[in-house]
Amino acid sequence: MENFTPIASLVGGILIGLAAAAMMLFNGRVAGISGIFGGILMPAKGELSWRLTFFVGLLVGGLILLLAMPQAFDFTSGRTLAMLAAAGLLVGIGTRLGGGCTSGHGVCGLSRLSLRSLVATMTFMATGAITVFVMRVFFGGAL
Amino acid sequence: MKGQVVAFAAGVVFSVGLGISGMTQPSKVIGFLDFLGNWDPSLAFVMGGAVMVNLIFHRLIMRRQSPLLGAKFHLPTNNAITARVIVGSALFGIGWGLGGFCPGPALTSLVTGAVPVLVFVGSMVAGMYLFRLIENLASQTALSE
Repeated sequence: MENFTPIASLVGGILIGLAAAAMMLFNGRVAGISGIFGGILMPAKGELSWRLTFFVGLLVGGLILLLAMPQAFDFTSGRTLAMLAAAGLLVGIGTRLGGGCTSGHGVCGLSRLSLRSLVATMTFMATGAITVFVMRVFFGGAL
Repeated sequence: MKGQVVAFAAGVVFSVGLGISGMTQPSKVIGFLDFLGNWDPSLAFVMGGAVMVNLIFHRLIMRRQSPLLGAKFHLPTNNAITARVIVGSALFGIGWGLGGFCPGPALTSLVTGAVPVLVFVGSMVAGMYLFRLIENLASQTALSE
């Protein structure tokens, strides 16, 4: 537990929650990232502009992080590029098939007390944990 | 126009929150999912903080008939627990544990131009298009039968 960062994680989580609440209060939209991004890749009429603006906001937030706290970006994880390519494919297909990711099902769905989102969240937590376990058994204790 | 400003600001706050919380470090995500190993519970605080705030706000917001800048609330209408949502979430979880990225942190990390991020996001985009392609083919087959 040497990397435990409860305060920073809680503060970050509260910011994420406030951003999601603002999207609902002002625009009536769920801040689900896979849904927003999927709607940019395959736009429906009249549904593109707010998604694009939110996405540009994400990138600008990324730039602010890059300038103000570059240590927020650390991609050393022991995973190879081939693993990351496979992971991206699974995340792309899985979030579209399952109708959401950590933000849409996890943050927004749980806050709405949606049973569907609770099942989704427990499922991806479980398969994520199993995957990490299997990776550690087969590829050693890099992490 | 005001709605666009809110969407932009929300995007900024969202990604800054992801960065501060540790979600843009795949090793922390993997450490969180490593329940049987050297478990790092930090990310439970991310989800906990975000849900706590949103749980309260959602109740208050839903007292309104409509959002401040829009005609109606666009809430998911499909509450069914289907094979789709379970299989999809299972696949997403495998990818999450394998790469240590979920969509938000990966997109936020694009600004670094780092190769692992570009590979992951490129692949995620391909996965989303591939899913659409399969879905279209499946619906065409269903129609022609």
